[in-house]
Amino acid sequence: MLFPTSAVGKKIMMAITGQVLALFILFHIAGNSTIFFHALNAYVTALYKLPLFVWGGRLVLLLAFVFHIWYGTVLKLENHAAKPEPYAKTRYLQATFAGRNQIWTGVMVGVFLVYHLLQFTFQVTNPAVAADTHPDALGRPDIFTMVVQSFRQIGIAGVYVVSLAALGLHLLHGIQSSFQTWGMNNEQTLPVVEKTGNVVSVLLFVWYCAIPIAIIAGILK
Amino acid sequence: MNLTLYVWRQKSSKDPGRLVQYEAKDISSDMSFLEMLDVVNEGLIVKGEEPIAFDSDCREGICGMCGQVVNGVPHGPRKKTTLCQLHMRHFKDNDTLYIEPFRAKAFPVIKDLIVDRGAFDKIIQSGGYISVHTGGVPDGNTLLIPKHDADIAMDAAECIGCGACVAACPNGSAMLFTAAKVSHLAMLPQGKIEAARRVCAMTEEMLAQGFGNCSNHYECEAVCPKGIKVKFIAKLNREFIKAQMTGS
Ligand code: HEM
Ligand code: FES
Repeated sequence: MLFPTSAVGKKIMMAITGQVLALFILFHIAGNSTIFFHALNAYVTALYKLPLFVWGGRLVLLLAFVFHIWYGTVLKLENHAAKPEPYAKTRYLQATFAGRNQIWTGVMVGVFLVYHLLQFTFQVTNPAVAADTHPDALGRPDIFTMVVQSFRQIGIAGVYVVSLAALGLHLLHGIQSSFQTWGMNNEQTLPVVEKTGNVVSVLLFVWYCAIPIAIIAGILK
Repeated sequence: MNLTLYVWRQKSSKDPGRLVQYEAKDISSDMSFLEMLDVVNEGLIVKGEEPIAFDSDCREGICGMCGQVVNGVPHGPRKKTTLCQLHMRHFKDNDTLYIEPFRAKAFPVIKDLIVDRGAFDKIIQSGGYISVHTGGVPDGNTLLIPKHDADIAMDAAECIGCGACVAACPNGSAMLFTAAKVSHLAMLPQGKIEAARRVCAMTEEMLAQGFGNCSNHYECEAVCPKGIKVKFIAKLNREFIKAQMTGS
């Protein structure tokens, strides 16, 4: 059961890793929101005082990502092979745009993640504002300035908004799908789960976008 | 009414196949879709051409034999209706219809609109049954089944195995079919005994037959002529998780 090959087993791997990643998405924006109160540097400094939590979390996320991408690709290839010929006329009655493009929004999120890590974790894309080498007045890594200076560039803010839209679409299908995969649905709960998933996805998109937009608009400086 | 048809013609499983245009003239709105094709076929026979091959049997919506894709939708535009029960009054004069076979790797085309749905039989053979000791007929009412459970089992048992779910699924997955069979039996005391082995064997056979995995798009539910709900897919998933947890 650790490396499932069955139809349902593979989907459960997708659901569990997807939900772990989605929980991280929630945790990440909650923490990042300290930027609105000019408390980002304090938050990050406090977080790094918990190395077990930080490194444990990173390990779990890495594993979740590796398995999610692996099984997502396997599923996509198998599903593609099971439907070799398209119809001359294709009409979808219930399948959503988000659901049908799960693999592509997933790839977009994956590529974005590499850039995001290079930018803010490894801090190699713009050494002039790298927080690790530019402490603030209290001697803490100046994450706040790094973020604000980065998002002032409209191109970078644009990349974030587009990538967040891809993540939002991914979750639009992903949240409801993961609960169905766990079997946590019946006729009454399915529409509720779908609606809740949609609301959460849109809220996360808006919440995340608020940071680059507030900086571009000059509200946050 | 008059219609323009684009019908998939394919001589055999080896022939690549193509869409051929036909005119269906003087069709009565009271005809069923299959009767409309019968009329077209009579015209073809008179002209000495090969008639369009398609499946049908009961023509009253209960056997699951008929099924074609009309303008991209298996069994055509009406909800919860088999193709044999779809009447021409639901189309408009001068409509253009694209008529194609159910498509999936596991459903190879035999000829024209006829596909081989033997893969469904293989899934049933792998576990879609209960084992009983033969002998005397059990006394009536020795096995009481709560009404609630019986209703759910009957809802699942409505599946006629036509394959529209596979045809509609972007992944060519047989999850709705398999889920209906698994749920139907798992709701009843006679079926509970082998439930764990059944769900594992049937989902395994599904993959072996070349069906895809479920991505929870729910296209299957939208086209099912019997209105089988995707809640049964959730039930299959639960049954599978239960089977894995108990190590069967
Ligand atoms: C933080 C990033 C991500 C989150 C939060 C996330 C979340 C989810 C969730 C919750 C699901 C639903 C699981 C299910 O259907 O049961 C899902 C499905 C999926 N994800 Fe992701 N995902 C992320 C990144 C990615 C990446 C980088 C890929 C690239 C390969 C990807 C590819 C897929 C695919 C293909 C599916 C659908 C699988 C299917 O066909 O059923 N995801 N994701
Ligand atoms: S021919 Fe029997 S269901 Fe249509």
